[in-house]
Amino acid sequence: MKILVCISKTPDTTAKIAFTDNNTKFDTNGVQWIINPYDEWYALVRAIELKEKDAATTIHLITVGSADAEPIIRKALALGGDEAIRVNAESHDSFYVASQIAEVAKQGGYDLVFTGKETIDYNGSSIGGMIAELLDIPYISLATKFELAGTLATITREIEGGEETCEVTLPVVVSSQKGMAEQRIPNMRGIMAARTKPLKVVEPAAADALTSVAGFGLPPAKAGVKLVPADNVEELVRLLHEEAKAI
Amino acid sequence: MSVLIFIDTAEDGHVKKASLEAISYGAKIAEQLDTVAEGVVLGKVTGDLPSLGKYGVKKIHHVNNDALDHFDAQVDTKVIAQVAQQTGAKVIVFSNNVDGKAIAPRLSARLKAGLVSGAVALPDTSNGFTVKKNVFSGKAFANITVNTDIKIIALNPNAYQVVAGEGTAEVVTANVATEPGRVKVTHVTKSSGEVPLTEAEIVVSAGRGLKGPENWGMVEELAKTLHAATACSRPVADAHWRPHNEHVGQTGIAIAPNLYIAIGISGAIQHLAGVNRSKVIVVINKDPEAPFFKAADYGIVGDAFEIIPKFTAAVKQLKG
Repeated sequence: MKILVCISKTPDTTAKIAFTDNNTKFDTNGVQWIINPYDEWYALVRAIELKEKDAATTIHLITVGSADAEPIIRKALALGGDEAIRVNAESHDSFYVASQIAEVAKQGGYDLVFTGKETIDYNGSSIGGMIAELLDIPYISLATKFELAGTLATITREIEGGEETCEVTLPVVVSSQKGMAEQRIPNMRGIMAARTKPLKVVEPAAADALTSVAGFGLPPAKAGVKLVPADNVEELVRLLHEEAKAI
Repeated sequence: MSVLIFIDTAEDGHVKKASLEAISYGAKIAEQLDTVAEGVVLGKVTGDLPSLGKYGVKKIHHVNNDALDHFDAQVDTKVIAQVAQQTGAKVIVFSNNVDGKAIAPRLSARLKAGLVSGAVALPDTSNGFTVKKNVFSGKAFANITVNTDIKIIALNPNAYQVVAGEGTAEVVTANVATEPGRVKVTHVTKSSGEVPLTEAEIVVSAGRGLKGPENWGMVEELAKTLHAATACSRPVADAHWRPHNEHVGQTGIAIAPNLYIAIGISGAIQHLAGVNRSKVIVVINKDPEAPFFKAADYGIVGDAFEIIPKFTAAVKQLKG
């Protein structure tokens, strides 16, 4: 059983969002980088749990990025996983990134590819579906549970107002969200072990970028809160009805 | 040439509200590009397809066979790709809902057509094809230029107003091959009678200020009165006071309702990232220094346990 877990480097959830170069680039000044939370807490930890149940499982981590991404991938290796692959390319186009991962996945013959449900920077929610299409295998998105019996996966995914459970025979690509697993903190042994785990750097395959970023912007600031006295809730309801036309 | 809109249906076959938004949005793009809006719908449908013409779709391609009654993104993608080819679609519109998030990226890879997922506005076609989308979990936006001949847009739910006019759509049976899928749906659980969180116009959300799961009755009562969905903050979901699928915020579900009412939630930056696209935000908190007030439109500083029942009563009175 071989699992490939996709890892993305994202700004910390509390990072200040600002742009440079005439609003065409994200301002990385002073930004703390983390493993994209969905990749770490749900995709990676669930993969590690599967390996804990079946020692014959191999976990490879993959990231597409420059050498700057290496501290992040080492941090991921400290949680678990046998080795990591970094595709030495930088792109903000999801098809380009998915093409790189699909290429590695094809060569590696993985049974299972895990991604987070989206990255918290570009919020694309696209990489998993694109990889699945490029490999022509099933894709289950927004998964909240994943169980495996032999080569049969039982997966629960979010639907509007509920959940749907399905069965699919491996290989499959799964995007993960809350419910899949619980966040873990790397221990000292894991951190030490991560230092010597293999981190392979491969050059990118030829692939097209289908989109480009024309520019960024910040949403307009709120005008300020209108406070209503606590003993006059009726006034709040009146404002919501007559002024905001929200109820 | 046409604008093709994926009309997403629920498990019971009804057309989702998010699809009506996608149709209205796609119809507007068709107008902008001086072409027609067509739709594609898969599997069994309950309800009246021709009447969707009032949202601006002229022709609906219906592909109906047993293989399409259950959701399988791999199967659906191949079918939609064929319809897109037959109709000469230049722009393909999805809702960026649970199904759109599964199909749109697959279709993008299949057709090598650039995808903008999470669009919040109509494309700017004055110079190329550029679409505004949310990034950094709603803390910023990006204008994404699509550089391919065919463009795919996944429109965020609640980002575009449904526009109803006059008209009837012609419904045709699409002649496409359907392959059997590898995904077998075994079980569907729907919380009945409640409003799905991502489709809700109004959301009532509560946090640690409610002190315990036993106090959620009054929150549900207010939500019911407003015909709203209920949501919660991360600490509440982590403490298992409420199910994790109610957790809104950066690491939970991102929502953008017309009205978001936050009760006893301080407003951590991660929570705000998931709700700051809401049109109107009301904050009820006993701490006047709660950071959430800075992001709110209306607020009450006070005790949630006193305010919620009064709120419910006032809404009941308003609705008669």
